[in-house]
Amino acid sequence: MRRVEQDHGFGFETRQLHAGQRPEPNTGARAVPIFQTTSYVFEDPESAAAYFNLQEYGNTYSRIMNPTVAVFEERVANLEGGSGAVAFASGIAAQAAALFTMLQPGDHVVSSAALYGGTVNQFKHLLRKMSVELTWVDPDDLDAWRRAIRPNTKAFFGETIGNPGGNVLDIEAVASLAHEHDLPLIVDNTFATPYLCRPIEWGADIVIHSATKFIGGHGTSIGGVVVEAGTFNWSNGRFPVVADPSPAYHGLQFHETFGTYGYLMKLRAETLRDLGGTLAPLNAFLFLQGLETLSLRMERHVANARLVAEFLEAHELASNVTYPGLPGSKYWPLVDKYLSRGAGAVFSFDCAGGREGGQDLIRTVTLWSHLANVGDAKSLIIHPASTTHRQLSDDELRAAGVAPGTVRLSVGLESVEDLIWDLEQGFAALAASTEKGAVAR
Amino acid sequence: MIDLTSYQDPLTIQRVLYASQTIAIVGLSKKELRASYFVGYYLKRHGYHVIPVNPRETKILDETSYPSLSEVPEPVDIVDVFRAPEALPGIAREAVAIGASALWCQFGVVNEEAARIGTDGGLPVIMDRCLKVEHARYIGRMHWLGFNTQRITAVRGGLQ
Repeated sequence: MRRVEQDHGFGFETRQLHAGQRPEPNTGARAVPIFQTTSYVFEDPESAAAYFNLQEYGNTYSRIMNPTVAVFEERVANLEGGSGAVAFASGIAAQAAALFTMLQPGDHVVSSAALYGGTVNQFKHLLRKMSVELTWVDPDDLDAWRRAIRPNTKAFFGETIGNPGGNVLDIEAVASLAHEHDLPLIVDNTFATPYLCRPIEWGADIVIHSATKFIGGHGTSIGGVVVEAGTFNWSNGRFPVVADPSPAYHGLQFHETFGTYGYLMKLRAETLRDLGGTLAPLNAFLFLQGLETLSLRMERHVANARLVAEFLEAHELASNVTYPGLPGSKYWPLVDKYLSRGAGAVFSFDCAGGREGGQDLIRTVTLWSHLANVGDAKSLIIHPASTTHRQLSDDELRAAGVAPGTVRLSVGLESVEDLIWDLEQGFAALAASTEKGAVAR
Repeated sequence: MIDLTSYQDPLTIQRVLYASQTIAIVGLSKKELRASYFVGYYLKRHGYHVIPVNPRETKILDETSYPSLSEVPEPVDIVDVFRAPEALPGIAREAVAIGASALWCQFGVVNEEAARIGTDGGLPVIMDRCLKVEHARYIGRMHWLGFNTQRITAVRGGLQ
């Protein structure tokens, strides 16, 4: 008889190293093997049929599943406290797939307006193209969420920590409201990572990550992942597209048949199958390397971020420092509740001198990398109004918390004295290059 | 509300999975897209002897179907239930009467009286858990599809 495994509640650090992988039976390899293969030899025709019918968990084709990617999926699901996960080639692909699995033309989504610019584009243009309506709301205003609900509303969407405005979502309150109306709450937890916040513990139904950021942590790979809590009742009458017999899978009723795992099964067996957007095994491996040190990196990211934010708050050429982890932030009570280990490491501030001031600062710093990414081990700087949020109108910019002079930082793991030194010399150059008074607030 | 944790104990679940060979599935459907059929098919594929209990059918999954548990002519290890919760106490009494060694109630099949009947009759009772999922968690390949098995171990896996 097999050895019975003792039950034990393992800690986060143990799970970030071990969840999803048991040393491989054939070779005993301790590291996660990179299964660089498109397809898998079937044992016999019956097994092949069973895999395709979803009667047995089996590998068929790497567009839909891969053993290396599966380790990454299970590890993220475990760290977030979900029932499972499906990985994608990017965070944006993950998000589109999560929505496409539950939406059909004529549906409506209520979303926080304070979002990553790429998400705004996806919602505003791609969803509209699919005849899905959208209402933007101020995420801090619970009544605005409530007022936006319509009979055809299918989901609430928000970010744990907004990009780049640093607004913190009151996950528990928004989730309760969503559930009162039989709606799922989808939370983009990219900026917090499961080490700082686990939205499912506060009632979120679906968690999305751009793994490109802190999960990978080293700026090497693009990828994303969708985690589902597994507790949402997709058979509540509001989601025929999930609950009804699926014409795309010979009449299978995913939620009735797979229960807790129904939505994720549909996400994989239909949406990933049909949209592609598959995560490559090598990228999954690199994300797993990142996850092994997630807690250690996040501790240092938030410690450095706080010191940089405090420096900026005290600097005369910086204003409106949006780091929610500052005691003066209006989000401080929410940080205390949802982000007690730290409020992430991405935030913005307004540079004196408006658009030119922001651009000049970026021109003069030499240690902060000027690029369009966040969550790297290295510190990053960008001017959203001319890059990530460039497609947004002035109103949308304001709603996303972006002013013409806003500069966004992703605070990395360098010696924090060096990061502050570089900003100081940038500000000094900015002050010197401008007529006295011209850059004053 | 009933506290289900005592009916979802991982050690009990593993012992029941490992010690059993014959599984009577009460409420097994012959429709291929029903959850019960998925479970029956899977268990049979993994070497368990599956006995359908469904009065409306004579044969499911190529196995003879019996109208009730008490009419099954051979010893049963696990009684696995896919019926409405109201039907559970009667099934629990039958499970005790035929000397089954465990009562397993699938997702949503929850009934406190039935749990008491099973427990008083000396049977380990597992409730609101799927037999296929638990098998796939501990023995099978559930992790291949990115599901959270919640298993943490550095012990080298056996061949699956």
